Amino acid sequence: MRLLAALALAASLALPAGAMAGVDKPVIVKAQRGPCIAPPDVMRRVHPDLLRHQRTITVHEGVVDAKVSLEKCVACHASKATGSVAASPQDFCESCHAYAGVKLDCFECHASRPEKK
Amino acid sequence: MTSRRAFLGKAAALGGIAVAPGLFLFEPARAKGVTSKVRWGMLVDTTRCDEGCDACVAACNRENGLSGRTGPDDSQWIRKLELKEEATGRTLSLPVMCQHCAEPPCVDVCPTGASFKRADGIVLVDRHICIGCRYCMMACPYKARSFVHYPLHDQKPDVPRSQGCVEACTLCVQRVDRGEQPACVEACGATGRQALFFGDLNDPQSEISRRMRAAGAKQIRADLQLDTGVRYQGI
Repeated sequence: MRLLAALALAASLALPAGAMAGVDKPVIVKAQRGPCIAPPDVMRRVHPDLLRHQRTITVHEGVVDAKVSLEKCVACHASKATGSVAASPQDFCESCHAYAGVKLDCFECHASRPEKK
Repeated sequence: MTSRRAFLGKAAALGGIAVAPGLFLFEPARAKGVTSKVRWGMLVDTTRCDEGCDACVAACNRENGLSGRTGPDDSQWIRKLELKEEATGRTLSLPVMCQHCAEPPCVDVCPTGASFKRADGIVLVDRHICIGCRYCMMACPYKARSFVHYPLHDQKPDVPRSQGCVEACTLCVQRVDRGEQPACVEACGATGRQALFFGDLNDPQSEISRRMRAAGAKQIRADLQLDTGVRYQGI
């Protein structure tokens, strides 16, 4: 097994750098406001858990002013180009989810644009 | 200049404050969540409800992003009914929506727990766990629930909704949680008719409780013993 891994590593090192890049890295649109509720590495890993946990508390218990809020995500991360987090392949949520191959279904129901004031 | 949110917070801290006659700011749930100390309800004074007026329905559609179409495939959260008593010819006009039962049949039959009653009495659908089986629609004696048949776009940020889930009147839960009245109640007041009243049924001093005590308020299909949160005067 270890031998196999070593062989695979050697093979990958032998390839030119261009062949390594299968897909483009996601575009990360800069947030429009101040710092997020947690550092980027934490948010990248746990944002689904935070949102899934919060949705139950918000819908069933009526806690609406929580720190974790999809509406607040959208308010900060909507791109200037489309005004949305998921309208174009370059938008914040869509871009990463396409890269990771994870279906993004939040915005089938939730608005992907901040409320027009 | 105080922000609106800060103002509402202060106002809420002082309890229900009368802004104008019939217009109250209620203590919003916000960060603590809702409790069963309050039970939100609505009183419909059918003697003041005008035939042909659909201000409540229009306001509901606007607030919640509904199309306003009334076909079998369309969501209707409020229906205006015009009734006529055959024997006497007496006519009656009234809005019917989710009655926010204390013992909701929709919650009883829901196989996933998506249909639920919040602690403050508002009956809701958690769309995250609704599988669209529509048992609740069949169980509801008031025909209050609708199924969304097609994908939707440009939903309101406060009112997420889409294809494959059942939905109904939420008593404008997003407004109630901000300390406001449901959109239909506000719109009815704005027409000058004031046929709708919203408030806390648990508080004997609230305007809605006082009106119900004075004038009486019936439930539709009281025989089902569902203890509805929406009550009707003059039926």
